[in-house]
Amino acid sequence: MSGAVVSERTAMPGAPAETAPLAAAAPLLKVDGIHTYYGKSHILHGVSLVVGRGEVVGLLGRNGVGKSTTLKAIAGIVHPAQGQVVFDDHPMLRLRPHKVARLGIAYVPEDRRIFRYLTVLENLRTGLDRRGVDRAAKARLLDKAFAYFPRLAERRGQTGGTLSGGEQQMLAIARAMMLEPKIVLLDEPTEGLMPSMVSQIGEIVGALGGEGVAVLLVEQNVPLTLQACRRVYFIEKGVVRHHAMAADLHVDHPAIHQYLGV
Amino acid sequence: MSVPLDQVLIQTLNGIVTGMILALVSSGLTLIFGIMDVVNFAHGELFMLGAYVGVLTLAATGNFWIALVVATLVIALLGAAIYLTTLRPLIGRDPLTTILATFGISLVLQNYALWQFGPVSRKIEEPFTGHFTLFYLDYPFYRLAVAALAAAIIGGLWLFLKYGTYGIWIRATTQDRVMAQAMGIPVPWVLTAVFALGAGMAAASGVLFGPLVGVNSQMGANWVLRAFIVVVVGGMGSLGGSIAAAIFISLLEAYASLWFSPAQAVIVSFVVLILTLLFRPTGLFVSTPK
Repeated sequence: MSGAVVSERTAMPGAPAETAPLAAAAPLLKVDGIHTYYGKSHILHGVSLVVGRGEVVGLLGRNGVGKSTTLKAIAGIVHPAQGQVVFDDHPMLRLRPHKVARLGIAYVPEDRRIFRYLTVLENLRTGLDRRGVDRAAKARLLDKAFAYFPRLAERRGQTGGTLSGGEQQMLAIARAMMLEPKIVLLDEPTEGLMPSMVSQIGEIVGALGGEGVAVLLVEQNVPLTLQACRRVYFIEKGVVRHHAMAADLHVDHPAIHQYLGV
Repeated sequence: MSVPLDQVLIQTLNGIVTGMILALVSSGLTLIFGIMDVVNFAHGELFMLGAYVGVLTLAATGNFWIALVVATLVIALLGAAIYLTTLRPLIGRDPLTTILATFGISLVLQNYALWQFGPVSRKIEEPFTGHFTLFYLDYPFYRLAVAALAAAIIGGLWLFLKYGTYGIWIRATTQDRVMAQAMGIPVPWVLTAVFALGAGMAAASGVLFGPLVGVNSQMGANWVLRAFIVVVVGGMGSLGGSIAAAIFISLLEAYASLWFSPAQAVIVSFVVLILTLLFRPTGLFVSTPK
């Protein structure tokens, strides 16, 4: 194991975020040098990354380095003061979040944010009842979500607040799928879930990728991230410091230690 | 001190009729509070202006029902305009600013009405004038119709919120505005529409209640005070709670006026308000989710 570490270490430290060779040919999402502030504190110091069509990409880093903020900036919830987000050839900056969602970016936040007093079916309808989706298409989307998550079908009349943590996470992902997104932004989907649920979430991420839906995954669970993703970005103090093909990494890789170790 | 049964029954009926109107006024207020945390002090003036638009339309067309619909639509548009010009720029500011803003609007509208329509009360003619005998009283059918209509409007609102797509949008926005936007719900539009809806309901109550009292520039102030009590007692932002509280408080006031003068009976609702705030500040009727 140590031999591999030495050979890869040379390529790693301080490597610029040069994405071109690793990225898919036609990027779906291009984030270019975004800076964000919460009040006076400077959170993102020029984050750049790309995600290809149907590509599953991981975003790793310690707590508080700006991973969630990056997702929020892409979703239009946080407006960067500087930089660009281009999605599917649309410049996205200063677009309201509902317009971002309609363009095909689905956001699954860290704390799931299920509508607690809406039933499971009503939660799904928040994404389903939109122009251009006829009755047949709605039925098809619901069937698909219930095939992924049979538990939700059983509980469709129950309010979101009465679901377990794992069920709420399923609902959050299913709800995002109702938008028929081109990309899903997943923020720590396995946080606080029991192991059986964690592996199920991993399968779902893989299945989304298999359907041609891109995923930008923020996770603390490194093995899951390396297994589910094609590429991984490492973020530190609001900047992307490094990126690599997931296949070239493993849990003991020096990059993992450098950017995630304590 | 003993009270004859017929008086109790009459007051029960009166309490329910007033309660349904109060419920209609309060549900607009609680809907607006629930979704945007705005305490709309101008709600009573929307009620009052609705009644005046009803008076004018009735004079022009001679048809009470057209007047009801026109007043609702006109005041809904006014509500949307007030929201867009006055409240929307204040989003994200201290809630106190929205209280001051809506209070300012209420003063402007009240004085506008005084200037435009004068101090003398106008009358809206009842759309039908039948009576039935209730013990020793000729009880007007219109009073019952008012209660039924208010119940129908509230029922319609409930069905709309429960099953309609826009109803789901409104409830989702109430619960989590940011997540609603992330699901593609046009939240700025939803907020404007809810303010318009609340204003329209206030106007409808004003027209319905017009024939029972006079229409004047002060009529809103009396109602909005009671509506605020109802909203607090019912649990801020809870629609079902407001309806229950409206009927509860109106019945209490109606029974209290068996012993005291109606002016003194109003004290009962303040007592209920104070007791609620002391012992159950989240509201007496909060089992219904938002």
